[in-house]
Amino acid sequence: MRQSGNILFSGVGGQGILLASELTAHAQLAAGFDVKKSEVHGMAQRGGSVEAHLRYGEKVYSPLIELGAADILVAFEPLEAVRYLPYLHRDSAVVVNTRKILPPAVALGKAKYPDTIFDEFASRHIKVVAIDAFAVAESVGELRTVNVAMVGAMSNFLAVHPEVFLRVIDRAVKSRFSEVNRKAFSAGRAAIHA
Amino acid sequence: MAFDNETTLWLSGNEAIALGAWEAGVRVASGYPGTPSTEIMANLSRYPGVYTEWAPNEKVGLEVAIGASFAGARALATMKHVGMNVAADPLFTAAYTGVRGGLVVLNADDPQMHSSQNEQDNRSYAFAAKLPLLEPSDPAEAKQMVGRAFALSEQLDTPVIVRITTRIAHVKGVVEKGARCETPAPAIEKMPAKLVMLPGNARMRRAAVEKRMQAARDLVETLPENRIEPGVGKRGFITSGVPYNYVKEVFPDAPVLKLGTVWPLPEKMIRAFAATVDELIVVEELDPFIETHLKAMGIACRGKDLIPNQGELNSFIVRKAIAPETIGEVFAPLELPMRPPNMCAGCPHRGLFYGLSRMKDVFVSGDIGCYTLGFLPPLSAMDACVCMGASIGVAHGMAKALGASGEGKVVAVLGDSTFMHSGITGLLNMVYNGTYASVIILDNRTTAMTGHQDNPASGRSILGEPAPELDLEELCRALGVRRVTVVNPHDVEATRKVLAEEIAAPEPSVIISRAPCVLLPEEVKRVKPPYFTNLDNCTGCSLCVQMGCPAISWTPLTPEEALARGYREKQKGFAQIAEVQCNGCGQCACVCKFEAIVQREVK
Repeated sequence: MRQSGNILFSGVGGQGILLASELTAHAQLAAGFDVKKSEVHGMAQRGGSVEAHLRYGEKVYSPLIELGAADILVAFEPLEAVRYLPYLHRDSAVVVNTRKILPPAVALGKAKYPDTIFDEFASRHIKVVAIDAFAVAESVGELRTVNVAMVGAMSNFLAVHPEVFLRVIDRAVKSRFSEVNRKAFSAGRAAIHA
Repeated sequence: MAFDNETTLWLSGNEAIALGAWEAGVRVASGYPGTPSTEIMANLSRYPGVYTEWAPNEKVGLEVAIGASFAGARALATMKHVGMNVAADPLFTAAYTGVRGGLVVLNADDPQMHSSQNEQDNRSYAFAAKLPLLEPSDPAEAKQMVGRAFALSEQLDTPVIVRITTRIAHVKGVVEKGARCETPAPAIEKMPAKLVMLPGNARMRRAAVEKRMQAARDLVETLPENRIEPGVGKRGFITSGVPYNYVKEVFPDAPVLKLGTVWPLPEKMIRAFAATVDELIVVEELDPFIETHLKAMGIACRGKDLIPNQGELNSFIVRKAIAPETIGEVFAPLELPMRPPNMCAGCPHRGLFYGLSRMKDVFVSGDIGCYTLGFLPPLSAMDACVCMGASIGVAHGMAKALGASGEGKVVAVLGDSTFMHSGITGLLNMVYNGTYASVIILDNRTTAMTGHQDNPASGRSILGEPAPELDLEELCRALGVRRVTVVNPHDVEATRKVLAEEIAAPEPSVIISRAPCVLLPEEVKRVKPPYFTNLDNCTGCSLCVQMGCPAISWTPLTPEEALARGYREKQKGFAQIAEVQCNGCGQCACVCKFEAIVQREVK
């Protein structure tokens, strides 16, 4: 099992990235690691790009991931995956939700949504796994579980036992949402092959 | 959650500070919301045995805390960095009076301006006001240092500043839980020579300040918050706060002097450390505060010649500045469409700014809040923004400078909470000295930008309990404004008419644009039938798209595609509403002249 690592979460304000990073942090804490996590509140929440940095290890100092040092990028939107390219290295794993959210300039017809996102990763030999987390959430019957489905997909790349995540989910969400979130996690985990 | 148990917690810096203040026996706490400081007061309000409140601004908040301290209670004032400017007046004189109960001023700087209009380095306030300042490196230390700050405050008879930054406030880490300590019960004790700052007394206290700072200089030499971490090699680092972490990441084996008290500095410890190394580098964020004082001591060091003085630091920046040879391959960023923050779908501010965006000759003097986003395209309806409440003074000053040439062309725009924070005196000035400039108060019933804190006009206290509700119309009339109009900004046409009339008025005029923030819990729950686009009627005029609502998108069409869809050949595209995102405000339906935007039936 890896003794330290850096997980970067990225997406659009309102997608539930804070909960996803929180679940992951608790799973790593339960596994016995020191963990630090950095978020940005305020202006960034109004539909802008958002990111959360999670670092774990025996002792973590910096709450921020260095450029070129993210081991896993969990991107809730394709454009918000490729935006964080400078954080990646050649052995990084990228878990990307395939559902696009158009940025304002694209929605206004003033800019084009890039269509070469997956090529950008491939040409740098970075491992990418795509997941339609929206479809996964739809299949378990609760659209608000997109973030938990993403955590499930990401969990394939961690040595933490899935049962640890499920216990964390049970404690993190209201009991009546526990079952559907467990399902979303497991479906997300099964949706990709690491 | 999973990790929390009896003694160990997983907390943000702000949560840890609230816990630290509570454990230190704080009895009274007051503050004004401001990113990144807001969650401290919000969290502290949930603890028993401590009175908390949202003050209308940071000056009032600090004065409340000073009063509680004068009564013998441990007291806390919280603010973001620019709030310290507002609170500076009481701060500089509280430095003279000193305290009875411990008084801690929690100041949150925002390097990188994640959510601020400047990135001032408030460590200089400690120097200027002659106050001790502590700076933690992570949430665990933040909790511990708040306790130390209360103890130092009483020991040295002084307010103490704890300075954090965004990467403390919104960083989560492992924190040890302690018990709440007992503090003496508050009681009146008269000590006018200490507390009445007229010149005769103040001159005496001025001398006391110097005596106290000398005592502080002696004391910081032995505080455990200042420590030398021995290491390998002859290159040593002096650092404090969050940058300490970056030094430890990049140079794990190097000798480090970690400063917990940035003011006053432990000079003897610094000299002793400097003597053990050949090369001394100060790693600090923003200004060369430590570096400048080291150089004044005659200690040779490097600092801002290596480390940037703009923006926040991180391990990569420190590595690039000092050890670039250790940088591996880094992929270059790509040119991508930006994703700036935007007003929400259904935001009432949009209707108002849409109206202003159609008045191209009018100078819009803006202010601090969600509505500052009215600056962004496509609305592009804000022409200036300086600080909290400044919109009104700036509009008045412009009108005075422009004279007759500016008539009907100058308007100030600010939110309800910002108006109460520091706009009221500006409006009073407008009335007293006369103007043709107008003021728009965007009353969305909350302090939205910082996460929906209650305020004097929301009718609720920090605990959500009923509170007197300020009547903004009556307040404006009481200040002497004869023209006060209330509009519903979702009614875009009516709003435009009022804007035209009131901005043209030759006397002070206030428009209150009133509709609740769509993110308020009661608004989120309210059933709001969404609108949808009847694509048969869309002519591609793009008026709705020009509102910049995140629920509306534009699909461009080639002439062939337009014809294939049954449109005119020259129709450039069509607009469409994403119903899941629509909050049913109806502003876009107001501007559509072709009945292409229709509301779903109420079920």
